[in-house]
Amino acid sequence: MITATHYLVLSLVMFSLGLIGVMVRRNFITVLMSLELIFNAVNLNLIAFSFRLGDLSGQILAIFVITVAAAEAAIGLGLIIALTRLKDTVILDDASEMRS
Amino acid sequence: MDFLISNFAEILFYVLAGLTVLGSVGVITLKNPVHAALSLLGTFFIVAVLFVLQHAEFLAAVQVMVYAGGIMVLFLFVIMLVSVRGLKTQAAFLSPLIPVAVIGAILVGALIASAVLLGVFASGVGSAEALQTVDGVTLGNTEAVGMVLYTKYLVPFEVVSVVLLVAMIGAIVFGRKDRFIEEHEGEVGS
Repeated sequence: MITATHYLVLSLVMFSLGLIGVMVRRNFITVLMSLELIFNAVNLNLIAFSFRLGDLSGQILAIFVITVAAAEAAIGLGLIIALTRLKDTVILDDASEMRS
Repeated sequence: MDFLISNFAEILFYVLAGLTVLGSVGVITLKNPVHAALSLLGTFFIVAVLFVLQHAEFLAAVQVMVYAGGIMVLFLFVIMLVSVRGLKTQAAFLSPLIPVAVIGAILVGALIASAVLLGVFASGVGSAEALQTVDGVTLGNTEAVGMVLYTKYLVPFEVVSVVLLVAMIGAIVFGRKDRFIEEHEGEVGS
């Protein structure tokens, strides 16, 4: 039988992989993609609990999470465009102007 | 064959979970951003199937339309726009942080092992009925989500539209050709 814990463990693995991606990748675009993985893991968690509790609030919250993820993607990709225009790079290490 | 039929839900879940993890690993390990984006696209589709298994049909459709249709197109568009010239593949990973990631992975593994060994698998199977009922009448998941979203969560719904508006304005401001940068061309990067 598939229980909520199965989905929670899958969500945990997905979240951790996204977190590792955010930490070790240097490419700004890939970091943003890892962030999307994290958002998806959270959604999976919310949906699993929504089904188990028979409560639609989890699904509504997942809709809001998707909205925020879309906003984050738009802002992040705008930042990539600005960074590329300014320094002709998407490698995060190259953007170190604020390091004294 | 009987084993397959009687354990269909379990087999389906484990196959989908394996594909999800595989796609996630692909996103963080593939060096070419286009390959990583396609891996992420596959992951989104499989997560949508997992949503259907949890009786969140409306969210599965939203997942495919917004993530696979909208956000991924945006990602691929930006990857094409900034061109592969700037994407130096030899600098894909931040090597000093790999030990940190390994330690984190071990901790996550310990967390999963404790969940399995301590037998804290939450029992109880939810009912799809509650997710499809509007005022006591069983209609469908989309109707039920719409009913709750536009009554109980109306104010958060309106607030989140402001979030989208701010993000839209922010993206326009970031993407605009800045007059300051044009005037100081060459000074910033040197």
